[in-house]
Amino acid sequence: MARDAALPITVRQLTKSYGTLRVLDAVDVDVQRGEFLTLLGPSGSGKTTLLMMLAGFVRPDCGSIRFGDREVIRLEPHKRDVGMVFQNYALFPHMDVAANIAFPLKLRGVSKAETAQRVEQALELVKLGGYGARRIDQLSGGQRQRIALARAIVFEPRILLMDEPLSALDKQLREHMQIELRQLHERLGMTTVYVTHDQREALTMSDRIAVIDQGRIRQIDTPKVIYERPSNRFVAEFIGESTFVTVDVRAGECTFQGIPLALASQPARDGSHHLMIRPERLTILEDATPAGVNVLPATVTAAIYQGDSVLVQASLPGGTMVSVRTIASGRMPSIGEHLRVGLKASETYLLPADESAA
Amino acid sequence: MSHPVGPNAEGLRRDALIERLALFSLTGPALLLVTVTMLLPVGWLFWLSFLNDAGAFSLEHYHRMLVQPSYGRAFRMTFEISFITTAICIVLGYPLAYVLSQLPRRAANICMIAVMLPFWTSLLVRTYAWLVLLQRQGVINSWGMKLGLWDTPLALVHNLNGTLIGMVHIMLPFLVLPVYASMRAIDKDYLKAAANLGASPTRAFWLVFLPLSLPGLLAGSLMVFILCLGFYVTPAVLGGGKITMVANRIATDIELFFNWGAASSLGVVLFILTGIILYVASRIVRLDRLLGGGGA
Repeated sequence: MARDAALPITVRQLTKSYGTLRVLDAVDVDVQRGEFLTLLGPSGSGKTTLLMMLAGFVRPDCGSIRFGDREVIRLEPHKRDVGMVFQNYALFPHMDVAANIAFPLKLRGVSKAETAQRVEQALELVKLGGYGARRIDQLSGGQRQRIALARAIVFEPRILLMDEPLSALDKQLREHMQIELRQLHERLGMTTVYVTHDQREALTMSDRIAVIDQGRIRQIDTPKVIYERPSNRFVAEFIGESTFVTVDVRAGECTFQGIPLALASQPARDGSHHLMIRPERLTILEDATPAGVNVLPATVTAAIYQGDSVLVQASLPGGTMVSVRTIASGRMPSIGEHLRVGLKASETYLLPADESAA
Repeated sequence: MSHPVGPNAEGLRRDALIERLALFSLTGPALLLVTVTMLLPVGWLFWLSFLNDAGAFSLEHYHRMLVQPSYGRAFRMTFEISFITTAICIVLGYPLAYVLSQLPRRAANICMIAVMLPFWTSLLVRTYAWLVLLQRQGVINSWGMKLGLWDTPLALVHNLNGTLIGMVHIMLPFLVLPVYASMRAIDKDYLKAAANLGASPTRAFWLVFLPLSLPGLLAGSLMVFILCLGFYVTPAVLGGGKITMVANRIATDIELFFNWGAASSLGVVLFILTGIILYVASRIVRLDRLLGGGGA
């Protein structure tokens, strides 16, 4: 399963409507060879529909899907040769673990001896060696997840699709599996399209994230860019906590309520802009002001102890409320206290003006 | 069992007991009814089958069953007819249940009413209706000849054909319902997974759908088969005296010979054979699953 066996996916103008509802609106996506791309969006955004179209289970109204150079949009599901992990795993209950994993090999006419060998290899790969004779209902949720994965990769598909495969697991197991899936992807190098509504999962696992809303891709980029430089308000709000503060830009100078701010990058045009503030990027300044930090005066309205951190709610001049996340070992601010809040110039990021209203 | 000691242990235990007794007492009326109308008469008939005409203990009724070939024929015919009826029901009912299970739920419910309709009509009415339809000058024969499909009236009734047609018609819902239920319970994702892994629709059916619907099919077949074993009216009316199933034989023994012992012994044997079939079937498929009709 070498990386060069992976296929890139090219999606063009993919459109699907149910009645008047546009589920997908002329979507274009390029998934690179061997890339781990996550489709992230709220429920009903069209992310699962897009995945089901890649697998061939939903018929689009129009558009093009190419695996490598091959147009597959009218190809039946069983001829597409893509692996898929279903949300509920869809392991066949009338077959044991080995028969489930052998299923795609049997259909491809692989010899008995080779099948047995590859099934065992796949089981080893998902760390369940020796589980072949178990019944499906004897497996825990995490084990089922792994078997579903083993079944999806045993026939060495060059594209792997996953539909919220971790959503049925508890939080601890989910976080563990995220890392394991990611490692497995590094080893196998299959082009992977992963659907989730969990932003943390997307940030943890992906090479790139495509944020989808109302059938359109709102931004597609690396987790770092998506998080730190969202290209519109939807992406900024959907991923991470954020507050937006209205600032003025005049002749390249940015001010907030008359306080000058140094910016990470100059906005393209003058006028009113949205400054994105994430709680963990703000600091409470106790004494001296470090260089390259914008300072805002704030009044504490609440301080909440959350174990690993303290969340301070404060109001800025003009009444905008912001949250500040600071380490718990520090001093608990008291309500009504006047603070100075710092935001590094390199993290003072204005949303592109034309997208701000989105 | 050691009783826990502690505050209020005695009182709490009594409360639990009273609750259980109260719950059990709800079965009282039904239990009484079943005892009076079922257990006692059946027990009495069972007892009668071991008495000879003089009222002394004897196995003569069972002995007669072994030596008189007409009894053996009745049993053989009963099982043959039940088997053929079940087989025809499977051939007709399984594809029907499949189509219904693939329809949207609303449409399926409407079609299901059509399947259920015979259920709500008296068995006797349906049987005589078939008699009218199938006889020599009946609708089917007269239309068939008018359309030139056949020249002489077909012998559709007063024989095995008529009996089978009537029995299949009555039994079909008993097959379709459990099969439909088990097919509905099959998660569509299983078929998607099969397709995704490379199975054409035909292979997905044989490798995934059919095995998953099998518990329902077995439940339905078993129900049809066992109900067929006790058929009386349909073979009596549509069989034209040529079809003697065990129930018909029982009726003859009572009506003609007034021999309750002989009739009872037939019932006992049929009852035991049915019990054995149920037991064997329950060894093949877990009975709880079977009666629940669940697929997955």
